[in-house]
Amino acid sequence: MYMRRLLLQITLLVGVLFGGAPWGACAQEVEHDVAEPTAEEKLDVVGLIFDHINDSYSWHIATIDGHHVEIPLLCIVRSEEGRWYAFSAAKVAHGHSYEGFYVAPEGEKWEGKLVAVGSDGELYRPLDLSFTKNAAGLMINSLLLVAIILGVAGWYRRRNYDVHAVPRGFVGAVEMLTMSIEDDIIRPSVGKDYKRYSPYLLTAFYFIFVNNLMGLVPAFPGGANTTGNIAVTLVMALATMFAVNVFGNKEYWKEILWPDVPVWMKFPIPLMPVIELFGVISKPFALTVRLFANILAGHTVILALTCLVFISVSMGTTMNIVMTIFSVLLSVFMLVLEILVAYIQAYVFTMLSSVFVGLSRKEHHAAHKPKK
Amino acid sequence: MSLLTPDLGLLFWMLLSFLLVFGALAKFGFPIITGMVDKRRAHISEALLEADKARLKLESVEEDARRMMDEATRRSQELTATAVEESNRIVESARQRADEEVAQRMEAARNQIEIEKERALGELRTTVALLSVEVAEKVVRTSLADDKAALGLVERFVDEAEGEMGHSGK
Repeated sequence: MYMRRLLLQITLLVGVLFGGAPWGACAQEVEHDVAEPTAEEKLDVVGLIFDHINDSYSWHIATIDGHHVEIPLLCIVRSEEGRWYAFSAAKVAHGHSYEGFYVAPEGEKWEGKLVAVGSDGELYRPLDLSFTKNAAGLMINSLLLVAIILGVAGWYRRRNYDVHAVPRGFVGAVEMLTMSIEDDIIRPSVGKDYKRYSPYLLTAFYFIFVNNLMGLVPAFPGGANTTGNIAVTLVMALATMFAVNVFGNKEYWKEILWPDVPVWMKFPIPLMPVIELFGVISKPFALTVRLFANILAGHTVILALTCLVFISVSMGTTMNIVMTIFSVLLSVFMLVLEILVAYIQAYVFTMLSSVFVGLSRKEHHAAHKPKK
Repeated sequence: MSLLTPDLGLLFWMLLSFLLVFGALAKFGFPIITGMVDKRRAHISEALLEADKARLKLESVEEDARRMMDEATRRSQELTATAVEESNRIVESARQRADEEVAQRMEAARNQIEIEKERALGELRTTVALLSVEVAEKVVRTSLADDKAALGLVERFVDEAEGEMGHSGK
């Protein structure tokens, strides 16, 4: 028992060296196990992973000696009667209820969400605009992003927009990244009036990139699974859909409603227009799911690999040591890979958005239109 | 499954933060960065063009200078050659003139000598004649009483002598 504890401390130390939040969550479970050896030895890995990748009302930072260190966030809900309530998440923590609102327990409907019992005795989900962990993460990441980009822009302003001032270091790196996106993706994909779309597409790229990277930081300001949440990616994809369809020109709509195919394919049964219209909807759907699924999968794999350490505790000391080394090596590999994926997914989202925008801005009908 | 159903609250917060970020960056962020890089690119290509132009100009100037140098060298070589020729010519002509002068002087000197010689010969002849006469007078006075006969004798002798001299002289 003593040996096992020592081993745990070592693995925890390794965990701490590589970060905090997800490991902290693991630690909580393990301490629980050690404290009650009679309880089930098996670690609830799935629950642990879902705790991380799902949104929550408070931001769990670490568990030290069974004590949860977490930031309760603001819950904002509207009850059935149309009244708005705003309260700290601490009021509804650990199964407590506040003004009839409580977090639905595990295994029940709307698990982990705020629910209330209506006047008819039925459980209902109130209109919930709570400032959740992901919302807070989005705000922090947004502030960081705005600070970085405005800081870089300020670098030029401080030099009076002098052409001879060439940035180095961090400012130079941001400039290089920005220009590589604009020159390699936006300009070739969008075409002539790319300058009009460039600010939106660059914002999309940086927003995703910063959120992806911050999601990989295990310690407090990072670690929120923002781009791995479907609501976040849905908003981004809808923004692209908006840019494509609102500013699409006549040629674009003609391609959809009256494409250049034999007449029998569009009249009397509008076969092609239906397929094309389906494409209009499927494009943002693909954008949404691709980004969300990639980031979610990355987080899940990293967490699962990390939990290997704690799962293998029950397999004996030797096995635990071997699995710990294996887990740390693989976790490092996965984190490095996820940094690459963070860039690639931001790149792919921006590239597809650029291509869709480019298709909606085509000047005249090309004989062989490129299939995307 | 809550993983696949977008949460309304998060949609709201996401929309809010994305719009705020987009508003801030699209207005004050990216246009400045890309604008500055475009400005710098324009400046660099302009500077390159100017440098090219300057280089071409420099090349033509260098070409001119080289041509001028070549010309100057050629001219100086020509001038040197001409000068050498001229000096040779001058030296030659001076030498010729000097030779002529010398020749003239020699000629004059020879003539003078000839004249002097003639004169000296004349004088000598007269002196010799007078001396001979005197000698002869004395000789004859002592041996001949008659002057006339004596003089005739002397003249004959002198003519004979003269004839001998003329023979040997010519």
